[in-house]
Amino acid sequence: MKLKDLQSLLEDCKPFEDPKVELEQYTTRPHIASHILHAIDNSYEGFVGTTVVDLGCGCGALGVGAAILGAHVLGIDIDEDALAIAQENREEMNPWGEDEALSIDFVRANVLELSPGMRDRLKADVVITNPPFGTRAKGVDMEFLRVASGIATSAVYSLHKTSTRSYIQRHALKTLGFKKAQVVAELRYDLPKTYKFHKKACTDIAVDFWRFEVLSKQ
Amino acid sequence: MKLLTHNLLECHIKGVTNKYPFLVEAQQVEQTEVDFNPDFLRRMYPKLDWKAFKDTAEGLKLEGLPDSVTEEMLKSDEAFLRAFHHILLEVDVEEGALICPETGRRFPIVKGIPNLLLNEDEC
Repeated sequence: MKLKDLQSLLEDCKPFEDPKVELEQYTTRPHIASHILHAIDNSYEGFVGTTVVDLGCGCGALGVGAAILGAHVLGIDIDEDALAIAQENREEMNPWGEDEALSIDFVRANVLELSPGMRDRLKADVVITNPPFGTRAKGVDMEFLRVASGIATSAVYSLHKTSTRSYIQRHALKTLGFKKAQVVAELRYDLPKTYKFHKKACTDIAVDFWRFEVLSKQ
Repeated sequence: MKLLTHNLLECHIKGVTNKYPFLVEAQQVEQTEVDFNPDFLRRMYPKLDWKAFKDTAEGLKLEGLPDSVTEEMLKSDEAFLRAFHHILLEVDVEEGALICPETGRRFPIVKGIPNLLLNEDEC
């Protein structure tokens, strides 16, 4: 699928109605989601016939997008309001309408509470996650990455603030045991004023789109 | 919730040892149509707990799955692959619950989404 067609489908993704500050809920903007998905689909694993887990899926932009591109997806989030919107998006964004459903399911759970046994069962080719950036709860993005490393068999794709790049590189290779950690793209993440404590109408922050390759276990 | 998803979930209450598979209580089940991809089924088969899959399907009155699957069936048995695809991906439990096999704790399924959040004393 062409990038612009994917982006136009993702433009229909309904965002959070009442974002929760403690969960750092920011909708993955369509141009960012489409770039991420397009890169995975064309330069890396590809989505047709693969399994994908979307950790902290929120309204489902990334997960539903991956399902549109042919993956079977499981989206996991703690927030039932976000999941209700994700369920709507799964219907509304489906380019095949009534004829064929997207292969995607959602489960309500705390990503940080997924037991090692559960992570083992959930094994998927690819994990995608737009985690909380950890500005409210420090280190939570690294915790998401740790859980993701226990689920992915091929690669984890994730977004993190550019300011933490060297730390993430070290942590991913030394502590989490990824084989490779590379920044695929540096993105300008345009955060529209979501919460009252945001002073400006729109703030651009620099965000890295990472690919973490999993060491194949024999 | 599809039966594929059910096959991947286990009860994660702290201290529970008999955690798999969840029993499924279904009040409302819907059927959808999902793109048929035999290669996906061939890749998924080794990852599934077949007995849990078959037992759960039968609990939902979905018949037609064999006790065991041969390579030949996965390779070229169209009728088997169609049945496997349908039960794995096209049946959605919309309302009901997942029940922990050890404690009987009910995890409700509402609008197709199982809620596996634990209470404080469970984690």
